[in-house]
Parts: sequence; structure tokens; C-alpha cells
Amino acid sequence: MKEIPGDLMFLKSHEWVRVEDNGTATIGISDHAQDLLGDLVYVELPNVGDTAQAGTAAAVVESVKAASDVYSPVSGEIISVNDALADKPETINEDAYGDGWIFVVKLSDRDELQELLDPDAYAEQIENEED
Amino acid sequence: MTRKTILNEAHRTLGAKMVDFGGWDMPLNYGSQIEEHHAVRRDAGMFDVSHMTVVDLKGPRTREFLRHLFANNIDKLKAPGKALYSCMLNEQGGVIDDLIVYYVTDDFFRTVVNASTRDKDLAWITRHAADFDVQVSERADLAMIAVQGPRAREKAASVLSASVAAAALKLGKFMAMQDDGLFIARTGYTGEDGFEIMVADALAPALWSRLAAAGVAPAGLGARDTLRLEAGMNLYGQDMDESISPWEAGLAWTVALDEGRDFIGRKSLESQRDAGIGRVMVGLVMDEKGVLRHGQAVVTDKGVGEVLSGTFSPSLGKAIAFARIPAGVVGDVRVDIRGREVPVRVVKYPFVRDGQAISA
Repeated sequence: MKEIPGDLMFLKSHEWVRVEDNGTATIGISDHAQDLLGDLVYVELPNVGDTAQAGTAAAVVESVKAASDVYSPVSGEIISVNDALADKPETINEDAYGDGWIFVVKLSDRDELQELLDPDAYAEQIENEED
Repeated sequence: MTRKTILNEAHRTLGAKMVDFGGWDMPLNYGSQIEEHHAVRRDAGMFDVSHMTVVDLKGPRTREFLRHLFANNIDKLKAPGKALYSCMLNEQGGVIDDLIVYYVTDDFFRTVVNASTRDKDLAWITRHAADFDVQVSERADLAMIAVQGPRAREKAASVLSASVAAAALKLGKFMAMQDDGLFIARTGYTGEDGFEIMVADALAPALWSRLAAAGVAPAGLGARDTLRLEAGMNLYGQDMDESISPWEAGLAWTVALDEGRDFIGRKSLESQRDAGIGRVMVGLVMDEKGVLRHGQAVVTDKGVGEVLSGTFSPSLGKAIAFARIPAGVVGDVRVDIRGREVPVRVVKYPFVRDGQAISA
């Protein structure tokens, strides 16, 4: 399992968010999530301009095995999506915390960040799941 | 309780992701199921299929018994060693299981049935065998390794003794042989050439290691599923069950309505055929992005059907599926994926055979 970068925050449902100084937030799924799903073959991206709601589905990732909703950890306007995933969904398998990002949101409510798990809490959750 | 095959330790050593499959702890993949799929299509891969149920049927009236038990005609097996694919039906014509049967000698036939249907199959076979004085014995002492792919036979032969290898390489398709404690059949569930090798449990881990050393890639149940679906092969429980007849499961080719043979389910099959078959199984290919999945609704001009086995085809790079739809559909067909109706093409299957795309 890859080390979890320290600047990320997580939803229990395995999405990560990286908040930038300019008030944007990049969102993806965790390395653990891609490992559970197996080889990804399709990513259904949201549209730029859509509004993401914290805790609701904003994208879908599909592996050979299963389709899985990607919940947005934060609310706000979607200002960018990772179009490269259309042709190379396996990028998420290879680099879940980097090139495998899925979309970027312009944060509308920073208070929502309080609800998220820090890397240690998320790592602990994964460990408990595996027991 | 979860059962383990004799190769369980080997799978774990290789870092396999294990899943419960019909009560068995089996490898789903050893990393990437797509790479394992390609290894089988392009070179050689191997599957632990020891969870499958091997049943030996013995007695002078075994052939007569199987004439009655199976919807396909055992008399198609004229030479010892020959194998036949068949359904075993209930009185209503529903599929109890699909299986392979090998003609070993005149008083010995071996059949391989699904793991998930083991208990009911054994009960059904045993119950009917009594009328024919046929002895039914499960061979839980045997492991089974399927070696599949264009280079599978050559690589498998390289780990066998010289005389066994020579004989195995001479086997015709759908033929089996026994030698040196091995039962070797040129059969499989991938649409590729290869062998299914039955071996005593105690000897299986060594055979597995020798095959790995010969360059045969371990492959899990994930790849096995995409390979068999591309090859147009049914999966019991997903594509048919006891409420579905062979007519509705694309298995009419396995039903032998030969003169005067009274097999279980025949009367029902004939009356269903005479009344007209309302639903048929078809192949679907989706050119748009996305994945077809079991249970999705199929929208047609004649009514709604459903996706049976559905997956992403690594060989075609797009989604494929079996679906059961109303008979006689001619217009556009669409699949409901999360509320969106996506157009699909109805195609003949297999989708892929011997490494070549047929329904791209």
C-alpha cells in the first residue's frame, strides 16, 4: 500500500481532497479504494460548471468488477475535470493521489473541511476494515 | 465454513486478492486481472479450478444412465477419452447445472460440475443413479489446474514426463487421457486452446510451481470470467438456473432431441418449443463508454429484458454482455445504465475466439 500524502483529507467512503491556497479543492479516490476496485476501465466525469454537494455522488468509477459512486467531500462549483481519464482510467490504479485526480471544486464552504478525516484517521479506518 | 483448495497457500504467497466464491476461498486476481486476461489470450495462463466438483460414475449401465440424465446425447461419445458438454435438467426443463462429461471406459464416465451447485447436483445424480445401479463418487481428492492460451499446451507439456507430454500433445480437441497419475483433457473455459489437468491433491502444488517456472502466468477468477464471456460461454447462476430452459439460455445446441431417448426434462422442453419460446439469449456489444452489468434493464421494441453476464471485454476494449430479451426483437436495443438509456448492438457470439475478435 502506498503511503498517504500528509496534505490530504478523506471521506470514510475513500475519496480524498487536497485543498490549495487559492480556495480550490482537488478530489480523487484513495489508493486503497482503487486496490479494492481492481483494474479501472471507465470514469464518468462530472461537467465543468456543475455544482458538487458535499456527501453526494459527483462521478462514477467503474472497474471490471464493479461500478462505484465517487462522493464529493466538499461543496462548490466544479471548475476542472481530469479528461485524460477518459482514455486512461487505469491512471487511477497507477497514481491515485497524483495523476489519477478526478475533478476540482471551487470551495463554497470551508467549514465542511472540519468533517473530514486526516490521513492518520483514514489509515486507521482502513486498518479496522481489514481486520 | 470457507473451503480452501490445496493451492490456497500458493495463491497467498503470490499475493492474490482472495474472495469467497460459492463457499470457496479463491483468487480473484494476483494484481491486474486485465493483464492476466491478456496473458491467456496472447501466451499462457493457469487457473486453480480445484473447487469444481469431479464426480466419477461407474457401472455397466452408466451410459444408459447418462442417456437419461443429460439433455445432450452421451452416445455422441464414441471413442474413449472424448468429452461432451451438456445440461442436466429438472422435469420442468429448467437447468440444474451445466457440465462436462468424459467417456473414460464403457463402465466409467467422469463428469465435472460447478462448485456452487455441488450439493444439489450430487443429490440429484445419486438419486437417479440408483435406478441404474451406477456408483457415484465425488473425487474431492483431486485438484484441477486449467492451463489456457495459444502457448498453453507447449508450456504445459514442458513440465510433463517425455512420454506423457508426447501423448498429451497428440490429444485432439475435447479429448482426454490418463497417464502417470494425471487426467489431462484438451478442454477449457476461455475460448483458447489448452489443457485442464486433474492431479492428486498432494502433487498439485509442485505441478503449479513447475508450470509457473515454465512461464505460465497465474490467473484468477476475474480473468476467468472475462475470458469465458468473450468466448460466449454461459455461467451457471448468472445466465441460467432451474427456472430457465436451455431454449432461453442459448443452449439449444446442447439439447439432442433424438428419436426415442427419454431424458429428464424432455417432455417439458418439447411442449415449450411447440408453444413458442418467448425469450432468447443474445450477445450485446456497447460501443459507448461504460460497462454492462448483471441486472441492468434492456429496453427493446418488444418489451424489457435484462443483462445476464456483463463485463468490460479486455480484448475488445468495450463492454459486452449476454442478455435475455423478448424473442423477435428487430428494432433498436438500449440498456439502462444508471437511468441513461445507452444504445447497444445485438450480436452473434462468441465475441472472441482463439485470440481473434469476432464481434468487434
